Amino acid sequence: MAEALRAVVVGASLAGLRGAEALRREGHRGPITLVGDEPHRPYDRPPLSKRVLSGEARPEAIDLPGQAGLDLTWRLGAAAVGLDLPARAVALATGERLPFDRLLIATGTRARPWPNPAEAALSGVFTLRNRDDAAALRAALAAKPARVLIIGAGFIGCEAAAACRSIGLSVTLVDPTPTPLASVLGTRIGRVVAEMLRREGVDYRPETRVEALEGDAAGRVRAARLAGGGRLDAPVVVVALGALRNTEWLAGSGVAADAGGVACDGLCRVLDRAGRPVDGVAAAGDVARFPHPLFPDGPVAFEHWGHAVEQAQHAARTLVGPPEDHGAYAAMPAFWSSQFDLNIKSVGLTNGADAVAVTQGSLAERRFVAVYGRAGRTVAAVSFDSARWLPAYAARIAAGDAFPPILGATDQGRVAPMDPGFPQRPARG
Amino acid sequence: MRVVVDLNRCQAYAQCCYAAPSSFALHGPEVLIYDPAPPPERRREIERAVQACPVRAIRFEAEPDAPGQPGEARHG
Ligand SMILES: Cc1cc2nc3c(=O)[nH]c(=O)nc-3n(C[C@H](O)[C@H](O)[C@H](O)COP(=O)(O)OP(=O)(O)OC[C@H]3O[C@@H](n4cnc5c(N)ncnc54)[C@H](O)[C@@H]3O)c2cc1C
Ligand code: SF4
Repeated sequence: MAEALRAVVVGASLAGLRGAEALRREGHRGPITLVGDEPHRPYDRPPLSKRVLSGEARPEAIDLPGQAGLDLTWRLGAAAVGLDLPARAVALATGERLPFDRLLIATGTRARPWPNPAEAALSGVFTLRNRDDAAALRAALAAKPARVLIIGAGFIGCEAAAACRSIGLSVTLVDPTPTPLASVLGTRIGRVVAEMLRREGVDYRPETRVEALEGDAAGRVRAARLAGGGRLDAPVVVVALGALRNTEWLAGSGVAADAGGVACDGLCRVLDRAGRPVDGVAAAGDVARFPHPLFPDGPVAFEHWGHAVEQAQHAARTLVGPPEDHGAYAAMPAFWSSQFDLNIKSVGLTNGADAVAVTQGSLAERRFVAVYGRAGRTVAAVSFDSARWLPAYAARIAAGDAFPPILGATDQGRVAPMDPGFPQRPARG
Repeated sequence: MRVVVDLNRCQAYAQCCYAAPSSFALHGPEVLIYDPAPPPERRREIERAVQACPVRAIRFEAEPDAPGQPGEARHG
């Protein structure tokens, strides 16, 4: 009987594919249909802001391994437009309805567009989320524009700036905050990134806000007007303002989903408006908002590659069930970013940190581990070219160890906690 | 072929770079760069890299579009 169960996965990217794979591994025998609004098979996004922009990897060469032998049914280029819970079916834009017994929601996020739609539509203005975005931007960069303006100094903005410099383009990077990556790393550590960007030739302008984009008669972007009066010539503009969760298709379904994500419980079960888990429906990846045992402030959502993989596996286990057989999802948040030849890695979550201390290496050498504390506990660690230390800090964070961390006798003397310098309004970079 | 490295897990030990130098390299002290779509004739090399990685961070698939083909390595 169990083999007749039908699974539908909405969102054919990292979480969707790893979820489908885990459904098979957990013993789901019936059909699995993967629904994706992009026309492409699942591919890897991190290269899009790195080696795809620099031209070292082709946009069509980054498909994810792990697709063979899963016996999947694909519905690519078909957006899900509705969820009918009483009928247990997903409606597609094509008019098709897909009935399911098990549903995994993995619709991720999309790039936050430039707020003025007419300006956003100017040719030469790009966002960077999808393979097609990256291919279009890459083509514009290959034409050697006189300057690239990047709006937003989060991870994607900084990585794109690095990719542009690596192919010799002039780059201006602007952001209203005092340093790059300020909301994630704080301005103390962000300053190290600012120094690196400048050393590598990026025209980095902190505390700078773009007010408007100007087009020419042909509808091509030509310049950016800055708050306070400046103006920058910009034939290519990359808008890197973070991401929005793809939950609109769930409106009216009875599922608790909004701009903050799809609400789940610790087992990745999707909740209804009354906060009760919906039988046989789970969510994972960038789109999911869930309680994490390490973070007491309420539900969180992570936009990290490793999280999409691990939560999708947890969700699949819940769907095949019985859900209570495995505990709540509690994977340690972790991500990496590479810019120029610098490797940044992080474990834990810096949200709400009130102190940071350099425990290995030094900021001046740009090679260090910075540990973040919150109310006397170690909550995150960030490494710059010092990744080998991180697993040990992950264990300390999981154990709720004291901050500042007590280091062994062989480590460098004492650590001096500093103000991490998070900007007032926390926003994810 | 399709290759992806779990760069959270990767510790830049560089064993893959010795095993398959045409597909893996380090930039700076620990940025691992790799060819996500190496040609099929590099399969033996890639398999050696998968085996050599001490943290099992490399995953590859020989024939992404041929259902039922084994051709997959790694786990964890
Ligand atoms: C440029 C870039 C660089 C990155 N670099 C790093 C990095 O260095 N390190 C790191 O840890 N993380 C990085 N990330 C983040 C990482 O890629 C994401 O966390 C990961 O892709 C999340 O996977 P997901 O499957 O949850 O969501 P997504 O990858 O967003 O996939 C969701 C899929 O669902 C589709 N979809 C949406 N709505 C619908 C609908 N209604 N119907 C059908 N399909 C739908 C979307 O089009 C998309 O294909 C990067 C992301 C980007 C964009
Ligand atoms: S062998 Fe493994 S850990 Fe070492 S660089 Fe290669 S992928 Fe990373």
